[in-house]
Amino acid sequence: MTLIGNRQANVYWLLVAPLLVLVLVFYAWPVLGILWLSFTDPEPGLGNYAQLFDGGSLTRILWKTFRICLVTTVISVAIGYLIAYAMTHLGRRERSWMLALVLVSFWVSVLVRAFAWLTLLSRNGLVNGALMGAGLTDEPLALVRNELGVLIGMVHYMIPYAVLPILANMQGIDQRVVSASRGLGAGALYTFARIYLPLSLPGIFAGGLLVFIISLGFYVTPVLLGGGRVLMVAEYVSVQVLVTVQWGTASMLATMLLIGVFALMLTLSRFMRIGELFGARA
Amino acid sequence: MSNGPVLGSSTLRWGAWAALMFLVLPALVALPVSLTPKRFLSMPTDTLSFKHYANLLSSPEWLSSIWQSLVIAVFAATIATVFGTLCAIGLWRLSSRAAEAIRGFLLLPLIIPPIISAMAFYRAWVKLDLLDSYLGMILAHAILAAPMVLITVSAALANFDLRLEQASRNLGAPLSTTLRRVVLPSIWPGILAGGVFAFILSWDEIVVALFIAKFRIITLPRRMWDGIRENTDPTVAAAAVVLVAVTVLALALAAWNARRGKAIDT
Repeated sequence: MTLIGNRQANVYWLLVAPLLVLVLVFYAWPVLGILWLSFTDPEPGLGNYAQLFDGGSLTRILWKTFRICLVTTVISVAIGYLIAYAMTHLGRRERSWMLALVLVSFWVSVLVRAFAWLTLLSRNGLVNGALMGAGLTDEPLALVRNELGVLIGMVHYMIPYAVLPILANMQGIDQRVVSASRGLGAGALYTFARIYLPLSLPGIFAGGLLVFIISLGFYVTPVLLGGGRVLMVAEYVSVQVLVTVQWGTASMLATMLLIGVFALMLTLSRFMRIGELFGARA
Repeated sequence: MSNGPVLGSSTLRWGAWAALMFLVLPALVALPVSLTPKRFLSMPTDTLSFKHYANLLSSPEWLSSIWQSLVIAVFAATIATVFGTLCAIGLWRLSSRAAEAIRGFLLLPLIIPPIISAMAFYRAWVKLDLLDSYLGMILAHAILAAPMVLITVSAALANFDLRLEQASRNLGAPLSTTLRRVVLPSIWPGILAGGVFAFILSWDEIVVALFIAKFRIITLPRRMWDGIRENTDPTVAAAAVVLVAVTVLALALAAWNARRGKAIDT
């Protein structure tokens, strides 16, 4: 690769400049403004952050967000692992069908999916109808507008995000290692637990981190499927901004969220390249 | 299932297919619901009816929302594609530490949670008087979508021989000619894919729209949001089908284009 002369390099900076300026002026600066606000509104100081420690509703909301995200991550990774594992070990044709289904669900609007779950899980929805028709329950179960509904919707949304990193990792595992273990007389279960699972751990970590990161700031699904009863950080922030106009609290929570996301993203970048991750959407 | 290290292969296979059905089928439920003859959200039992589509396409509110969403998505995708492509080419050619740092920085709109982006846009747009305007929506969506284009075009450039560009420049072609005649034709599939993803991102974006659109601008997802919260009118189901149908069409365009690109290569 030859070095580019200074004069020539300047030309290429001109290509970079429009987007860079656009993002700096209309995005980065406003985001910094939000962070700054958390220290200055309603009065300068750390007052907004002190709310975190007074044991009030904020602590509860943060804890609930963390708990829901953790459960979502565990379930999504487990199901994602199953799908990725099957895809790695099945024939080419079947694998590409499976991949197509994963990608299709990836691209279906989050709004449409929340609507679908709301319709399926409501009191007179399809699921309750089927359960009652089968005689499994006499009264409709409360499947939505509560934490269970939020979890179902979130897991459903996050599975593809779990599958793709795990799949990328599994495709890099040398199958001969598994054959060697079996050839040396180890049982199938033993080989899986001692050979395959440890080799696929980076994929599990990457998928889990990614799901957790996206879950943390998730808005649409918790609002629609929680029906106002499952308040997570993002919904709380939007209420603070649009209804009660408490920018100080909202921007403090946004700052905490951002710090969390960046810290996790930094960890994630040790397992995989962030660019590749989104490239996988293609 | 050669070398499948654990579990009966059939258990595993059916488990995976069941998980995939869980993934795909619920997302499709809007389709039957949109065809129900009843006036409330329900599955059609014995007859199908297109009356909710007729309702959707005869309602000035829904039509204006579809139109607004299309306009915003087309303009946002165009800006994102032009700026993102130029930027990707610049960064690819510079390939320095500074360029890589800038690339990382420019991915931020994709990484920062949408709710925070929405807050930032909302505050900035109040000051710039861009709230509830086409320009405000287009600008916000273009910024959110540009990283998608940056990624797909960069991926296309990674497969493109740098020496072709150098040869053109060394033979005296100015940058604009080199871009138009040498670089752009080779990475065209990547650009189009980026443009399609940018379009879809804007077309079904809801969180930012909830913050910066209100009265004059009500995008399709924004109107669906209100409909879903009321949760009675099956017209929302018809709107959902339209929303997904446009997304699928756009994706099909990208896939067709990618296949054609491959066919030319070989």
